[in-house]
Order: sequence, then C-alpha cells, then structure tokens
Amino acid sequence: MQYTLSILVENQAGVLSKISGLFSRRSFNIDSLAVGITADPTISRITIVANGDEYVVEQLEKQLNKLIPVIKVKRLIEGEFISRELSLIKVHSNATKRFEIIKIAELMGAKIIDVAPTAVTVEFCETSEKTKTLLDLLKPYGIREIVRTGTVAIDKGAATASK
Amino acid sequence: MINGADIMVKCLEAENVSVLFGYPGAAICPFYDSLYDSDIKHILVRQEQNAAHAASGYARAKSTVGVCVATSGPGATNLITGIATAYMDSIPIIAITGQVRSDLIGRDVFQEADITGACEPFVKHSYLVNKTEDLPRIFKEAFHIATTGRPGPVLIDIPIDIQQNEIEEFVYPESVNIVGYKPNTKGHNVQIKRAVELINKSKKPIIVAGGGVLGSGSKLKLAAFAEKTGIPVLSTMMGIGVMPSEHELYMGMLGTYGKPTANRALHEADLVIVCGARLGDRAVAAPDQMGQRVNVIHIDIDPAEIGKNVKTTIPIVGDMKNVINNLLDQIGNYKVSPDWTECIRVWKKELSRTPKVFEGFVEPRNFIGKLSSMLRSKAILVADVGQNQIWCANNFKIREGRFLTTGGMGTMGYSIPAAIGAKFARPDRDIVAVCGDGSFQMSLNELATIAQNNLGVKIIVMKNSRLGMVRELQDNLYNKRHSATILNDEPNIELLAKAYGINCATASSNEEAENIAKEMVKSDEAFILVCNVFPDTPSI
Repeated sequence: MQYTLSILVENQAGVLSKISGLFSRRSFNIDSLAVGITADPTISRITIVANGDEYVVEQLEKQLNKLIPVIKVKRLIEGEFISRELSLIKVHSNATKRFEIIKIAELMGAKIIDVAPTAVTVEFCETSEKTKTLLDLLKPYGIREIVRTGTVAIDKGAATASK
Repeated sequence: MINGADIMVKCLEAENVSVLFGYPGAAICPFYDSLYDSDIKHILVRQEQNAAHAASGYARAKSTVGVCVATSGPGATNLITGIATAYMDSIPIIAITGQVRSDLIGRDVFQEADITGACEPFVKHSYLVNKTEDLPRIFKEAFHIATTGRPGPVLIDIPIDIQQNEIEEFVYPESVNIVGYKPNTKGHNVQIKRAVELINKSKKPIIVAGGGVLGSGSKLKLAAFAEKTGIPVLSTMMGIGVMPSEHELYMGMLGTYGKPTANRALHEADLVIVCGARLGDRAVAAPDQMGQRVNVIHIDIDPAEIGKNVKTTIPIVGDMKNVINNLLDQIGNYKVSPDWTECIRVWKKELSRTPKVFEGFVEPRNFIGKLSSMLRSKAILVADVGQNQIWCANNFKIREGRFLTTGGMGTMGYSIPAAIGAKFARPDRDIVAVCGDGSFQMSLNELATIAQNNLGVKIIVMKNSRLGMVRELQDNLYNKRHSATILNDEPNIELLAKAYGINCATASSNEEAENIAKEMVKSDEAFILVCNVFPDTPSI
C-alpha cells in the first residue's frame, strides 16, 4: 500500500536527518520525499510517499509524532488530495524526430524548455502516474537524463493539513 | 555580564540538581571551572559510560532526573552506551557534553565527534547549542522533555566558545512552550469506560505491570486497584517492585526467564491489563498471538507503544496514575471469580521450585532470597546483566525497596555505577549491587569512585568463572561448544579489593555467605562479597 504523509516540522537544523533516520532505523522505506517552507517561515512541510501495510503506517505516524520538532503528522486520504511532482526530461532527438516529441509533450500537457540539435528537454508537472505515462511515451526516442522532485500534495477543497 | 559556563551551572541550580556524575576534558573545561565555585557536588567516575549509568541509578532511586557530563569526542562517544541504556529503560537523564569551537565543527579537529548525530537513535531529544543566549531555554526544555511524558535521556552538546561567550544577564525561563511536544496525560474517558466494561465481564483477568508503573510513581495506586478487585499482578523485569514480592496477589516476573506461575497465569487469563510495559520478546515470546487469544487493555503514556508488539482490544494513552485513578473510581464492586483466586493460590504453591545445591559452592538463588531479609526494608538491589540478573529478579524479596536493573537494554557493567548513583540518591538505605564475574570486570574501575567517596555500596560477585548466561545458551542451543565464555585464570578479587582499600571476603557455601553478609550489612563501609557459584547452575 502506498501512502502520503504531510508532516509539519519546526524549521531547525537536523530535522530532516531526524526524520530520514527514523525511517531507516525502523526499516520503513521512503519512495519520495520533498521539503519546503510553509506560509509561516518557522515551520517547514515534509511530504513523504512511502510503502507499507497498515501496521507500518500506523507505527510510522506514531514514531514521527514522538520526535520533538514534529508538530503535526497527517496521512492524506486517497482520492481526497491532489499531488504533483516536477520532472525535467532530456530526450534524444534529431530534426526528423523533434516534432514527434513536441507533439507528445503537447498532448500530455508538458512544456518544451530547451531545444538543441541532438536533444529536447521537457518540463512536466503532474502526478507520478501521469509522469510514468509520459516517460513510457518518450522512452522509444531515448531518454538521456531525468531529474525529478519528490511528490508534494495538498488536500482538495477547503481542508488543510495545517494546525 | 555572565558567561555560558556560569549560565550552565545556574540552570542546573535552578533545576535543583545537587549531584553530577562526570569526567572532564578540554572542551568542557569552562563548565568545570564554573562548577568549582558551585555547591553542586561533582562525582568523578572512572569512565564516562559509568557517569550515565550512575545518573540512571540516581534518577531511579530518587525519582528525579540524573545528570552526567563528559567532554567532546571520546568522552562523548563513551557516554553513548549509557545514554542508550537510559533510553531503552525509559530513565530521565540529562547528558551534557563539551564540543569543539563552533567555527571548527565539521573540520575533524582534535576530539571532535558529531555526538548529536551519533546519539540520534538513543535520545528522546538532543540539542547542539549555537548561541549562548539559548542556554537557559534549552536547559529548561531539556529537563522538561526528559521528565515528562515517557521519560528518557536528553543530550545537550555545547561548543567551548558557547561556554566562554558572555551575555548581559541570566534569566531562567519559567515555562516551556514546545509546539510539537504536548504529552497526553489524561486517559480518554470513553476508552476508560470501555475498559471498565471489559474488566467487569472478565472472570480471570491479570495485570502485567512494567517499568512505566514505577517511573510514573503509581505503584501504590496499582496495588490499591489490584487489592480492591482481587486481580493478580505479574511484572516484567523493569516492573519488579511494583508490589512487595510476598504480596498474595503478586505472582512474580513473566517471560523466558520468569516464574512458571506468572507464565501460567498469563496463559490462562481471559483479560490482560498491560500497564506501562512494551512486552518485548523476552517478556512474551509471541506477543502478537497473545492479543489474538485474549482481550488486552494496554495503558501507556507513549502512544507508539500501543499496538507495536501486542494486539490491543482497548488502548488507553495517558499517565498511569491518572488512568488507574479513573479505573479505581469507576470499577465499583467488581471482584475476580473466586475460582481464579484459588487457581492463583494453588499455582503459587505447586509451581515453586527448590534449587539444587552443589557442595562447596554458594547456591545463588537461595542466597539472594536469604539476603533480602537481612537488608533493611527499603533496600535497593541493583542487578547486573546475565544469570545474576535472573537469580536476583526471581529471588530478591522486595518489601518497600527497589530493584534496579537494565531490563530493556541489558547492558553488562550497569550494576556498580548504578549502585553508586543510587547511594548518592539514598545514602540512608542499603544499596547492594549484584553482578557476575563478567559484569564485575566491566566496571571494576568504579571501585576507585567508591573508595574515593567512602561510599557504603555493597557488591556481591557471583563468581562462576563463566559468562554464565551465554554459556547456558551454548549448552542448550550450540552443542555445548563453549566459545569464548570461559573466564579461567581470573584476577584475585580479594587482592583487587585490597588495592582499592575495600574490604572483601569469599564464600563457598550458603552458610558462609550468610555469615559474611550479616557482618556486611552491619557496617556502613563498602564491601565486596565474592560467592563461588557452581558453573552449571541454571538461570531459573
């Protein structure tokens, strides 16, 4: 089971290592992790996507809550939140293939951010599922490099994960 | 103007700290210099790990927080095992370490170690101080965090320049406000109501009491609850002492090395009320299965303990004292079924064993039982780790005293330094450390601390020239191949004691041991009693 946790932490040195250390020493696996400041500069948000059964997630939430700089842990409910990750994808191309790649990018709602004689760089901001689709479509052309951020997520509607 | 080191001392004074255990070094020198003018007593141990153990013994014996100090680098890393022990045993201690100058951190200079990083898995919280101004707040928070909620160790790492820098004035904060730390002390009403209903429906309930009952100071409350309802009480290793050993409702320690009566009762019960215990693998072999077989009410201050090892029917998160008070208020006239009371009585009689005595040796289980009655009622026995721990756990008869041991971490060498800490906390009580010849040699350097401070700590060494518990494992599981567990050509302990100026005697029979012990308890001086124990004596 994949789940997404939205964690509010005090913005101080060492918090990230406390959290990532917790994962490794309790043998929990992280699929993706993203950190950024919130509207309140003293508080950061860490979004973690991880895998595990109900026991693991529950333990994880409880153990995270025990860390002193952790203010709040919220498990986002499937279907009730929106998630995005940013990908920069550099694809092999030449004059003949370039327009096919541009067409695919357009179809998927991705942006071309750089063009060179032998490569095209695509920017894509979507869910990890859609990103996978785009990558499948681009793979036949030859992917030279992928740079991806971790997933960030927010509740749908007026709900928030904040205090 | 006031410098950081003076502030540190003032913070400790503000927290009513009267004893510190530590070992100085260059990076903590400013603090030691300020300490020189303070009324706080500093006890110089002979290795930093023992400073942490002594702080733990002090904290437990006095129901307060213990403080230990070390320098940067190796001083700090030597503390780690002691800090980890306090963490696993949930003992409130503050560890203060010196650190290299802040502008040199990360350059691998002399005696530099990333101690906050290294201790990360073993502390409740840690601080690397980067401004002298922050010291009062950090000390206030550290003491608050160590002693509230589930107790545990807090580390404060202080670079030497932070100790030297001066600020305008010292103001100790009156309160703390940590947004992410608000332990829940009141049990949830609905859960308590459900627990009461479940108890009322049960015929054969049992209480499993752990270290949390002692740590929260609720042993008398728990006893009152047990007596009112007639529910028998078992304890984990950390929970020994929740009730007097001879109490009719107390059934002893459970688990692999526990009493058969206790394990039998746990197996036959229809409801298990777990109080302040994590139920590790030594307490219950398959705790997850237990939760599938019977109803379990689990009371703990730490929400993460609930459901971690045992499947729980009703979880109650809160301070033990509050929760037991609520249960007492609401339980009404409930009594366990008379059949259950009778069962317990019969098992206690039938399942008790008499150990086999070997000629020319002290039978340790019989001796520990006998020793209990020779000590004053509030005696504190500190057991080390190994067979000696099990012999003590199952045979020391507690009246109003304490049984201290590291049941969670199981750190060999704990007993002597912890007994030193306990003696400073309770100078008026009998303090006895019991160790094996293995664990004795892990902290015998602390005999110097005992001698230097004229501490009347009594040490009993169960000498079987074996690392007995591992040897027993090898007998049972490794075809009696005694790999690295034979301690032949051992030092002469009497001569060692003499070198430290401590009286010592050796016994080779129970009669001899009892006669020596009789004299030992009369005197206020330190004493080492070496008991020759037959090497094949089993743990239980």
